[in-house]
Amino acid sequence: MERYLLAGSTFCYLLGFAYSLVLLGAGKFRPGRFNLYAIAGGFVLQTAFLYLRGHVVGRCPITNTFEILVFLSWSVAMAYLVVGTTYRISLLGVFTAPLVFGLQLAALLLPSAPAAARRGPPDGWLELHASTSLVAYGVLALACVAGVMFLVQEKQLKMRVPGSIFHLLPPITTLAVAMRRLLWFGVILLSVGIVAGFFIGTPIGRVKSGASILVWLVYAGVLFLWTRNVLHSHRVAQYCVGAFALALVTLPAMYALGGMLAK
Amino acid sequence: MNIFCVGINHRTAGVSLRERFAVEEGSLSCLLTELRREAAMGEAVVLSTCNRVEIYGLSGDADAAARVCADVLQRSAGTEAEFYRREQAEGARHLFRVVCGLDSMVVGETEILGQVKEAYAAALESGATGAALNRLFQQAFRVAKQVRTETGITRGAVSVGSVAVELAEKIFGDLADCRVLLLGAGKAGARVARSLQSRGVRRLVLSNRTFERAAELARELEGMALHFDQWQSALPDVDIVISSTAARGRLLSAAELSPVMTARVDRPLFLVDLAVPRDFDPALNGLDGVFLHDMDSLQAMAQRSVEARGREVERCEELIDAQVEEFLSWARQRPESTKVTVTSVS
Repeated sequence: MERYLLAGSTFCYLLGFAYSLVLLGAGKFRPGRFNLYAIAGGFVLQTAFLYLRGHVVGRCPITNTFEILVFLSWSVAMAYLVVGTTYRISLLGVFTAPLVFGLQLAALLLPSAPAAARRGPPDGWLELHASTSLVAYGVLALACVAGVMFLVQEKQLKMRVPGSIFHLLPPITTLAVAMRRLLWFGVILLSVGIVAGFFIGTPIGRVKSGASILVWLVYAGVLFLWTRNVLHSHRVAQYCVGAFALALVTLPAMYALGGMLAK
Repeated sequence: MNIFCVGINHRTAGVSLRERFAVEEGSLSCLLTELRREAAMGEAVVLSTCNRVEIYGLSGDADAAARVCADVLQRSAGTEAEFYRREQAEGARHLFRVVCGLDSMVVGETEILGQVKEAYAAALESGATGAALNRLFQQAFRVAKQVRTETGITRGAVSVGSVAVELAEKIFGDLADCRVLLLGAGKAGARVARSLQSRGVRRLVLSNRTFERAAELARELEGMALHFDQWQSALPDVDIVISSTAARGRLLSAAELSPVMTARVDRPLFLVDLAVPRDFDPALNGLDGVFLHDMDSLQAMAQRSVEARGREVERCEELIDAQVEEFLSWARQRPESTKVTVTSVS
């Protein structure tokens, strides 16, 4: 049953992505609700999967890589549906769909996705730490998407004759507002995750916590400088993209290194 | 019963002739009654816009009815004109092309849809429509919607003013809170300012070397006049600057604008340079948050939109063909007593 739910949600995301891609390729793309419905459908099925999985493992279902990837994909979809209200029917859905589809496909293609198994009594702080951190990365992934869209639209506006994508992308001020919202949301969640990490029964290694704090510092710094009007939206968009790339590369490496050092 | 359309438009008659045939809103009802009585028409709709005057009707003898319609219009205008006539399936196709903006002066314009809706509503209110024209017009509105959503016929701005508005909206989103500074009292600048006002801009500041001219235009555009030696002091507070002065040199350089942009704190500035020679240094476009477009780039964008719309016409025609076919199929299925004869002309 769980697998069917997951396959169904992956199919929804694929459908949203493929539909937009085909229309974009044919130059016929118009902002519409198809992406919204596809992602919402995928999200509902994914939520059902995580609920069932959580019921079996008796805690937040982020106990292995397979579950973490699904949870991360769910977080991105949730951020899109919750935070992207301003422009959810625009091209953002086209950018979000491949991201959530890719994450979920990676989960499904794992050599042996472990079966759900009940673990010992859950550590509430650990669950809070892990789940909020993952949702935060989902939100920051979307901030990265908004940053890419901002940079593309800004470039279009600076061109003498903008390309056809210019008509499809939202105004840069809307994208700047979206980036700001997502950054705030992401940094708050990341802060909660880091603080919760200090209360976990089994202490987190220094390398792991150092990596998390480094990522937090980068994002919080960007947000602080932006609210102090030191950074221009153009730079913030670049940092949103760069910081997420840094998080994608650094965090797994640091966690792996932390694991080796622990041994 | 046959459906037909008779009329004149911007292709067949000049504006001086069209304005003679234009039907005032207040006299529409009387004209409909007169037409139906004299031309023995079961149903009728009169469409009168600045670019066309057309009568859509249903009659047992469409040929004779169309001639009477033309006579009535000529009598009312006090002059003669060359009328075109579309009958049966071609009449339906003509209406569908009209509502989709394919028959408009600017292909793809959307104002015509509202005008046709008003014309239909007036006829409906006067009791001049019946099953056939109701079905025809409702289907026309559906095809217009379909064409707008499934093709790019309405996409892109096709005049300098609308291109400037489109760019401004892609920078600021809602223009209601934007402040506009207009430099120079030329017609081109005023036209762009009016286009921006039509999209919500409320605050407009005008500056011209001759202050009286600025004040006069400010009254006309409901803006505020500013002495020309003070316009740079307004830069930190405005969002859009439209310039169309006759200055021989540059009015603004990157070195002058750079400190202003720092003071503006992450608020974009849109510069529209309509002057020849240009008023703004092209290097301004390189500054963060500054978007500069001149006459050439605005015209190139408008031209590209015109060409893009032209490429969409074929797809629109395909959709219209399918809708004409659907209308024909509906007409064929009508009971014998109320049968509408709408045969395909191919």
